[in-house]
Amino acid sequence: MTPVGTIVAKELRSYFVSPIVYVVGAVFLLIFGVLSYLAVVNAGAQAVRLMQIQGAAAQLNLNDLVFRPTFYSIAIILLLILPLLTMRLFAEERKLRTFELLMTSPIGINEMIVGKFLGAYTIFLGLLGLSGIVPVILSLYSSFDWNPVLTGYLGLALLGALLLATGVLASALTENQIVAAFLSFGLLILVWLLGGVGSVLGDNPLGNILSYLSFIEHYDRFVRGLVDTKDLVYYSSGMVLMLFLAHRVVDAQRWK
Amino acid sequence: MINVQNITKRYGDLTAIERVTFSVNKGEVLAFLGPNGAGKTTTMRILTCYMPATEGTARVAGYDCFDQPLEVKRRIGYLPETPPVYQELTVAEYLTFTGRLKGMGRTDLRSAMDRTIERLSLGDVRHRLIANLSRGYKQRVGLAQALLHDPPVLILDEPTVGLDPKQIIEIRELIKSLAGSHTVILSTHILPEATAVCQRVVIISGGRIAAVDTPERLSARLRQSEKISVTVKTPPPDLAARFRSLPGVLSVFEPTDSGAFLLECELGRDLRDDIARLIVTQGWGLLELKAVSMTLEDVFLRLTQHEEGMPESGALGPMAGAEVVRP
Ligand SMILES: Nc1ncnc2c1ncn2[C@@H]1O[C@H](COP(=O)(O)OP(=O)(O)O)[C@@H](O)[C@H]1O
Ligand SMILES: [Mg+2]
Repeated sequence: MTPVGTIVAKELRSYFVSPIVYVVGAVFLLIFGVLSYLAVVNAGAQAVRLMQIQGAAAQLNLNDLVFRPTFYSIAIILLLILPLLTMRLFAEERKLRTFELLMTSPIGINEMIVGKFLGAYTIFLGLLGLSGIVPVILSLYSSFDWNPVLTGYLGLALLGALLLATGVLASALTENQIVAAFLSFGLLILVWLLGGVGSVLGDNPLGNILSYLSFIEHYDRFVRGLVDTKDLVYYSSGMVLMLFLAHRVVDAQRWK
Repeated sequence: MINVQNITKRYGDLTAIERVTFSVNKGEVLAFLGPNGAGKTTTMRILTCYMPATEGTARVAGYDCFDQPLEVKRRIGYLPETPPVYQELTVAEYLTFTGRLKGMGRTDLRSAMDRTIERLSLGDVRHRLIANLSRGYKQRVGLAQALLHDPPVLILDEPTVGLDPKQIIEIRELIKSLAGSHTVILSTHILPEATAVCQRVVIISGGRIAAVDTPERLSARLRQSEKISVTVKTPPPDLAARFRSLPGVLSVFEPTDSGAFLLECELGRDLRDDIARLIVTQGWGLLELKAVSMTLEDVFLRLTQHEEGMPESGALGPMAGAEVVRP
C-alpha cells in the first residue's frame, strides 16, 4: 500500500468509528432533503399561482425554482459542517502525541497531508453521492434539465475540496479541535465575505481582486450550468495553496 | 551506528541540551540516565528526526538526521515517551497501520505481526480496542510498534514506565535479548534499570553529559575514587582544565551555582596538598577544600535533586556544566 493510501485507509477507519461522521452526514442529508422539499413545495405553490394567471399553459422550471436555491443553501451548510470533519485531522494527533509516530515514520509530510485531505474528501464525496437521491427522485415525477444539476454538483465537489483543504490548514495550526473548527469557520466566512466587500468597492482593481477571491461568484456559474476553466483553476489553486500552507505549518512546528 | 556530535537544542531562550556528544556501537545497548528535564527526550527526538538540532550533527547508520531523514527513519524503531496509540483502533489494526507506515508489504507484515504480538504477549488483546487497554498494555503496544519492522536501531523513551514489576522484568529481558543484533538507546531515570540492561550508561543532567561509562566501571570508579570539593574565589576560565592536568586527578565536575568544583582523584592519593598549593601560588583565593565521599547513588541523587522543588527553568541543575574526562 502506498503511504498516501495507508493514511487514507486509517482516516476512513477513524472517521467511521467516531460519531462525528454520522452527525455531520445526518445533518447534511437532512438539511439537503428539507431544503429541496421546501423548494418543491414552494415551486408547487408558484405553479398554482401561475396557472391561475396564465391558465394551463404555465411552464414550471424546476431548475430555477428547486435546484438553484437548494445549491446556494447547501454551500452555506457545507461551510458550517465541513470544518467539523477536518478539525481532528492534525489537532488530535498532536494532542494525543500520535503526531510523533507519523513524524518519525518514513513518510513525507506531503503524503501525510494529502492522505488526510483525501480521507476527509472521500467522506464528503460519499455524502454528496447520497444526496444525489433527491434529483433522482424528482426526475421520476417531473422533468428538468440535468445539465445545471450536474455542473452544480461539480461546483459543490470543488467548493468542498477548497473548504476541506482550509480545514486541514486550520487543524494543523492548533492542537485544540474546537479552536481548529472555529478557525476554519472564521477563515471561510472571511473569504466568503470578500466577495461582498469586492462588490461594494465596485469595478476597480482591488474590488475585482476581492471578488475573484471569494468563492461565491465562482460557485454561482457552476449552479447556472456554466463550466469555466477560470473557476476550475480558482478552486484547484485555492485547494493546493491551502494544502501547501498546511505543509509549511506542519514542517515549521518541528523547529519550535 | 549512532554518532552524535556537539548537538545543542534550544527552545526559544531555554537550552534543553548543550553540546551533547556520544556514540553508540552496533549491537550495543546504551542507557540515558538522568532526572526529568535532563534532555533525554529532546536528544531522542533529534535522533529520530522528529525535530532538528539547533546546532551539531547526528548520524544514524551513516545517514545524517538532518539531510537524509527518510533513510534514518527507515532504520529506527521509536517508542516515544507517551505511547503513540490510536484509541479507536484495535491492537491488530494499529499494528497493521504502523507496519504499512514503515513500508512493510502484506506478507511481511502478517508474519511480523504474529511474531511481535507473541513477543510482547499481546495475544489476548489482539482484537481489543486500544482505548480499553490498561496503561501497561498500551505501553507494550507502543513497544510492539517500534519492534514490528525489526529495525536495526531502537530508541526507547522510558520503556518501562507504567508497567508492573513483572512486566518490567519481561521488558528488560526483551531489551537484553535485542543486544548484539540491534543497537538500542533507552532512557530512564531509574538507576538499577540502567545498570541491569545496558552495556554503557550516559548520565545526562541539565542538558549536558555528566558521565559515560559501563555500569560496572561507573559504580566502581565512583565508589572507589577519592573526591575533593574545592571552592575558589576568582576561578580562571580554564580552572577545570588546570585541575585536570594535576597528576592523579581523574575528572572534574564543575557545578555552576554553588561554585564548588568536585575533583575525582585516584584511589589512595590525597591531593589536597597539591590542589591547595596550585590555588595559592596562582593567587585564585582558596575558600574551601574538603574530601567528600560519594557513591553512584549519591551522584545520582545530586543529579536528580532538581526533580523535586527545583524551578522549571532548571535546564541548569546543580550539576550543570559537569563533565567527566576519562584518563
Ligand atoms: N517543546 C518544548 N518547548 C519548550 N521547552 C521544552 C520542550 N520540550 C522540552 N522542553 C524543556 O527542555 C528540557 C529538557 O526536556 P526533556 O528533553 O523532555 O527532558 P527529559 O526527557 O530528560 O525529561 C526541559 O527543561 C523541558 O522543560
Ligand atoms: Mg523525557
